[in-house]
Amino acid sequence: MIDYNKLLSPAIVNMKPSGIRKFFDIAQQLEGVISLGVGEPDFKTPWVVRHEAINVLEKGRTTYTANAGLVELRQEISNYFDRRIGVHYDPKDEIIVTVGGSEGIDLCLRSVITPGDEVLVVQPSFVCYSPIVTLCGGVAVPIETKAENEFRLTAEELREKITEKTKLLVLPFPNNPTGAIMRKEDLEEIAEVLRGTDIFVLSDEIYSELTYSGKHVSIASLPDMRERTIVINGFSKAYAMTGWRLGIAAAPREIISQMLKLHQYAIMSSPTVSQFAAITALRECDEDIAKMRDEYDMRRRYLVDAFNKLGLDCFTPRGAFYVFPCIRSTGLSSSDFCEKLVYSKKVAVVPGNAFGDCGEGFVRVSYAYSLNHLREAVKRIGEFLEELKNGSIV
Amino acid sequence: MEKLLKLLKNNARLTNAELAVMLGKTEAEVAADIDKLEKDGIITGYTAIVDEAVYDPNSVTALIELKVTPQSQSGYDDIAKSIAAYEQVESVRLMSGAYDILVSVTGTNIREVSRFVAENLAAIDAVQSTATHFLLRSYKVNGISVTADENDERGLMFP
Repeated sequence: MIDYNKLLSPAIVNMKPSGIRKFFDIAQQLEGVISLGVGEPDFKTPWVVRHEAINVLEKGRTTYTANAGLVELRQEISNYFDRRIGVHYDPKDEIIVTVGGSEGIDLCLRSVITPGDEVLVVQPSFVCYSPIVTLCGGVAVPIETKAENEFRLTAEELREKITEKTKLLVLPFPNNPTGAIMRKEDLEEIAEVLRGTDIFVLSDEIYSELTYSGKHVSIASLPDMRERTIVINGFSKAYAMTGWRLGIAAAPREIISQMLKLHQYAIMSSPTVSQFAAITALRECDEDIAKMRDEYDMRRRYLVDAFNKLGLDCFTPRGAFYVFPCIRSTGLSSSDFCEKLVYSKKVAVVPGNAFGDCGEGFVRVSYAYSLNHLREAVKRIGEFLEELKNGSIV
Repeated sequence: MEKLLKLLKNNARLTNAELAVMLGKTEAEVAADIDKLEKDGIITGYTAIVDEAVYDPNSVTALIELKVTPQSQSGYDDIAKSIAAYEQVESVRLMSGAYDILVSVTGTNIREVSRFVAENLAAIDAVQSTATHFLLRSYKVNGISVTADENDERGLMFP
C-alpha cells in the first residue's frame, strides 16, 4: 500500500481546506435548506453575451488564442480600464486574460514572492491568498480590519505590520465578505505609506462594478502607484459570468511578462469561446451591469435594515453583494450560530471566521438572491433569534 | 418611480416601510409616490395572481378571437363594452391584425366555455366569426413566472 501522505507534497497535504466545508456538508444533507451562502450572482449572463458564444461555436472558432488572450479582447479591456478607473494599460504587453480572477491572484503571488518574504493580507477576505503565499515560501501576515472602521484598511494598521521583509500588500476591495470599500481618501492614506518603499500591491478589484455609493477607485490610479500595483479584475461578478472562467490581470509590463510565463506553461490560453463572448460583454453590457447593480442595491438596503431591526448590528456595506452582521449579541460563536441556524431553521449563512480569525463574531450573508428568497430567510432568522432568546433553541 | 413600479409589479404586498428602505426614501415619500401613480392612472389596481389550474383543476380558460363588423357610430366600442360586461369574461382587447377583438374567458369546464362562445359571443349580430383557443398551461403571467421556481444550480455555499 502506498502511504500517500508520505509521498505527496507536504506543502499541499498540510494546506488547510476551506473553512466553510463543514457547513456545506451539513447544509447539503438537510432537505429544504434556503441558502444565503453563495458568492456568485443569481442573474444569468446577459443574453447578447450568451448569443455571441453560440455564434462563435457555430463558426467553429475553437482553437487556442494568443497566450495573453485575444488581441481584440485585450484592447477592449484596455479601453475598459481607461474609462472605468482612468489607468492606461498597454493591450500589447500589460494585460493577461486569465482563467478567473483566481488565476491572476495565483500568477501574481508566484511571480512576486521570494521565500521568506512577508505578504500583508487584509482580513477578513477571500480565502485563497494566504494558502498560496505559504505555498510560495512566503509568510502571510494578516492585517485585521475592524467593524468600527467599516472594515476599511487604515494607514496605521498597515504601518504597524510593515517590516523590511514586506514584499506585497493584498488589498481586496470591494471586500468579500464584509462588503467594505476603500474611498479615494482612504486609498490615498495607504498610498502615502507605500510611496518610496519597494512594496507591491495586489489590488483585487473583482467586485469593482458592484459599488453602491460613488464610483469605484483603484489604488493604481493614484500618483506613483501604478508602477507597484497588479490589478486583478474579471467578468464573473460584474457580468454574471462565473462559469465562463475569465479574469483579468493588468500591471506594468515588467511584472506581466513574468506572470505570462507561468500562465503560458500552466494554462496556455484562457477559454476561447469565453474570450469572444467577453468582447461583447465589454462593448455592449454597461446597461446590464447598471441594472444588476440597482437590483443588488435594493436588496442590500433591505437586508441591512432587516438585520439591524433583528438586533444584529450590521454596518452599511457599500460594495460587493454581502452584508456582514455581527452576531455577538447572541452569545454564540460564528460557527455555533451558523450550525444552530441551519439545523433549526434551515438557513445557510457562512461563519465570518472562514475569512480570517477577525471575522469571528460575524456571519456573511449573500444577497445574490431574489427579494422573496431574502424575505423568507429573514423571517426564519427572526424566528431563530426569538427562539434563542426564550430558550427553545439551546 | 421606475424602481418603485418594478418592485410593486413583482410584489404589490411589500409594505411602504419595506419599499422606503429599499429605495432610500421615507415612508411618507413612498406613500406620496404611490398616491401619484394611482391618481395619474398609471397604477390602476392591485391583484392576486391565481393559478387557476391549481385552484380548480377542472377550470378552463379560452382565448377567443372575434372578427367584428364595426358599427357606424361607435366603431368597436359598444360591442367590446357589452362583451366586457359578462362576468366570466376576464379581458377584452381590440387588436390589430387578422381579427379584431380578443376575449379571454374562464369557466368551470369546457362545455360551459363552449356554450358561452356559441350562445353569447357568436350570437352577437356584428360578430362575423369566432376562433376559440383553449389554454393548456401558463408559464408567465403579468411578468411573473408562475411555474415552480427554476432550480438554483448554484452550490449552497461558496467562498
